[in-house]
Amino acid sequence: MSLDPIYKTDALIASDIDAYLEQHQHKSLLRFITCGSVDDGKSTLIGRLLYDSKMIFEDQLAALEADSKRVGTQGQEIDFALLVDGLAAEREQGITIDVAYRFFATEKRKFIVADTPGHEQYTRNMITGASTADLAIILIDARKGILTQTRRHSYLTKLIGVRNIVLAINKMDLIGYDLAKYETILADYKIFAASIGITDFTAMPISGFKGDNITTLSANMPWYFGKPLIEHLETVEVNATADQAKPFRLPVQWVNRPNLDFRGFSGQIASGLIHIGDAVRVLPSGKTSTLAKIVTMDGELQTAVAGQSVTLCLAHEVDCSRGDVISIADNPPEVCDRFEANLVWMADDPMIVGRAYWLKLGTQLVSAIVQPPKYQINVNTMEHLAAKTLELNAIGVVELATDKPIVFEAYADNRTLGGFILIDKITNSTVAAGMLNFSLRRAQNVHWQAMDISREAHANLKNQKAAVLWFTGLSGAGKSTIANLVEKKLHRMNRHTFLLDGDNVRHGLNKDLGFTEADRIENIRRVGEVAKLMADAGLIVITAFISPFRAERKMVREMMPVGEYIEVHIDTPLADAEKRDVKGLYKKARAGQLKNFTGIDSPYEAPLTPEIRIDTTGMTAEAAADIIVEKLLG
Amino acid sequence: MTKSLTHLERLEAESIHIMREVVAEAEKPVMLYSVGKDSAVMLHLARKAFYPTPPPFPLLHVDTTWKFQEMYKMRERMAKESDMDLLVHRNPEAIERGINPFDHGGLHTDIWKTEGLKQALDKYGFDAAFGGARRDEEKSRAKERVFSFRSANHRWDPKNQRPELWNLYNAKKAKGESIRVFPISNWTELDIWQYIHLNDIPIVPLYFSARRPTVERDGLLLMVDDDRFRLKPGEVPVERSIRFRTLGCYPLTGAVESNAKTLPEVIQEMLLTTTSERQGRAIDHDQAASMEKKKQEGYF
Repeated sequence: MSLDPIYKTDALIASDIDAYLEQHQHKSLLRFITCGSVDDGKSTLIGRLLYDSKMIFEDQLAALEADSKRVGTQGQEIDFALLVDGLAAEREQGITIDVAYRFFATEKRKFIVADTPGHEQYTRNMITGASTADLAIILIDARKGILTQTRRHSYLTKLIGVRNIVLAINKMDLIGYDLAKYETILADYKIFAASIGITDFTAMPISGFKGDNITTLSANMPWYFGKPLIEHLETVEVNATADQAKPFRLPVQWVNRPNLDFRGFSGQIASGLIHIGDAVRVLPSGKTSTLAKIVTMDGELQTAVAGQSVTLCLAHEVDCSRGDVISIADNPPEVCDRFEANLVWMADDPMIVGRAYWLKLGTQLVSAIVQPPKYQINVNTMEHLAAKTLELNAIGVVELATDKPIVFEAYADNRTLGGFILIDKITNSTVAAGMLNFSLRRAQNVHWQAMDISREAHANLKNQKAAVLWFTGLSGAGKSTIANLVEKKLHRMNRHTFLLDGDNVRHGLNKDLGFTEADRIENIRRVGEVAKLMADAGLIVITAFISPFRAERKMVREMMPVGEYIEVHIDTPLADAEKRDVKGLYKKARAGQLKNFTGIDSPYEAPLTPEIRIDTTGMTAEAAADIIVEKLLG
Repeated sequence: MTKSLTHLERLEAESIHIMREVVAEAEKPVMLYSVGKDSAVMLHLARKAFYPTPPPFPLLHVDTTWKFQEMYKMRERMAKESDMDLLVHRNPEAIERGINPFDHGGLHTDIWKTEGLKQALDKYGFDAAFGGARRDEEKSRAKERVFSFRSANHRWDPKNQRPELWNLYNAKKAKGESIRVFPISNWTELDIWQYIHLNDIPIVPLYFSARRPTVERDGLLLMVDDDRFRLKPGEVPVERSIRFRTLGCYPLTGAVESNAKTLPEVIQEMLLTTTSERQGRAIDHDQAASMEKKKQEGYF
């Protein structure tokens, strides 16, 4: 293969640059992804598109030629994949492990391509690329036909709602441009696509390596009557204004308040359009007002549409802050705290039922608990499988409960108000992507009952400040013993207290729970809620639970007003606790008769910054209790 | 009455959205300002994002003392016009050791810029820093997230990036950790120039052609910007009509011979040229994966 003069330019650039700029400025934008199995030729195809649309500069091409000879997989020929496989690790292994974004333009359109990984362990990156794509190119190696990754990626593409799909049957040169083989693969794919609800796609036979049917129709396949790939990409309809036909919604990002005379609400319009004078509603409060001004640095606007980032000023002083949604008044979105959603798990650690994760949707950030999956989807067969959790790359349907109501719409109706991520509260990593289907109840109708006697009034009557002394530590560390002494001392001082003990609670309130990770989390959640009610009643609550996980202790901490939760770490080395073994549990655990025993086959995550740390190796239980009482009453 | 947004309008709205997310979620953001054309666009977008409030964060210039004189002038002018605080950091160790591009080669960038940047971020305790990198510039940048996470040691782990879906950005981080945010990730060089043209954004005059004193060295056309430039025996500065496609430390930045005196002419030349933008920078040619390595170490 010979290398042509590389960078070809539009004749208009040389003859009339102003006219060219004017034309370029009005080009539309198509964002697309390439996906498919490893070695289906994704990176090669993108390299080919860049090359054929004359986006490769001389110096880049010189580097490419040198690299091709050094590490290329195509002998002495140009290895286009090297243009896009940017990370050193990828070059060495010859695979794509992250999303690479590439840019090119033709005379008709501007393109942003996300080159997404084929390996199963990088499915999360493929989801990332697909979430912003208008079109997906699903590549199939003509020698291999439909593979697991083809099914997975087609399903993900459908799930995330990519509107246009191109099925590119690649490496046709390696099967002798055989029409019959092409048609067999196409027929197989049609059956599969229909089974997952893809009814419309465009198929084409190509060779990314040789350039067949990329910019021009290939003489090697006279039987193909469709468009070459680039022409299809240039002309496929992108309904960029579809979101403008939907009801107006603007998630508020930031309250713009330079001085007392100006109060604006800044955000990017998620859907619809709005005019000065329109009646608007702020959610979740439901307060209404009128749109007074649309402010931008380039002057005030009369109208603003979906996609624009603007600042809105309302006619009335209404409460509105980050996380609220400004909507058209007569057609507001729903507000709810319980949902069904599709979830794609993206973290190495599996989903933990009952654990609280951050949920970010639009500009709203709330705490959310995931229920056991209704089912997991086998992406090869589309079967619904029973599942207790979701592991890395698993896709399932789950129910979620948020700690406060959020403003939302179904993902199918509005991506911004229906798409969300889950964030681990300890590691801060993004662990899942979700798409809301519907609310599980009309949460608008469940209100907090306002009480006349406040929690302060309850505590004042008892002449004390409510608090939760949360003891945590290994089994046998001395939690119950010290907690008991603390309560006795406080009682003598006329304080109103209550001790919630781990073993006792498991005889009643939590007798339906076992010792799996999920059950332990639910155990702590219930105890946390009970402790909170008691603190509301003005009591000093003392709890003695192993509570091994940081995430759950954090969850309980966040339930309480700031300063009311006091974490007490009863710090005993495992060896000491095991030596004491008051209840004989360590022995049983070591013998394998007790599963999930903290310290033996289940981890204990020690607090990093507890309010009080008691080192039991250096003091008596009595002395420890004195320290705790003193710190509490300060 | 629908309105179709052009690609520049879509890019502008996206960048503004990103900047507002950072200001809403970070405790102490800062904008890295390098005085180049990308910084000029980023600063302009920031002014739009928060208008009528001035951008609610300072500008930080990690200075090497070896920038072009015209860059220093532009820096002062833009800080004033935008009504923002300008912080200038010069690595004291580099000053003390007299690190310079003539004697120290790659070490110059490493100590002044990479180390200087880390020092400045630590000194002021910034937890989010805007940078003007674009994905079309270079292969390892093509793979970086918009919100790019850094460990407490400022290191980037390309294999452990957070998935970034839709326009939802996860800004959560532990104490001591920080994020680098790239609001113009999705802009191309042409987009930048066109936006500067349409919005009449001030840029350093070095981007336009003029007769300037130059010497040719190791294939690069260098400008003799002040009397610190060390001429080799026999070297005599020659007046040439030149301009710059990117701006950095003047002894490390190659010029191109050009007659483009207006923006459309510059754009025209750029579109008709056959070499990529970063070729004029010595830093990228060190080794095959040089930018990725520098980024892992904390370079922007």
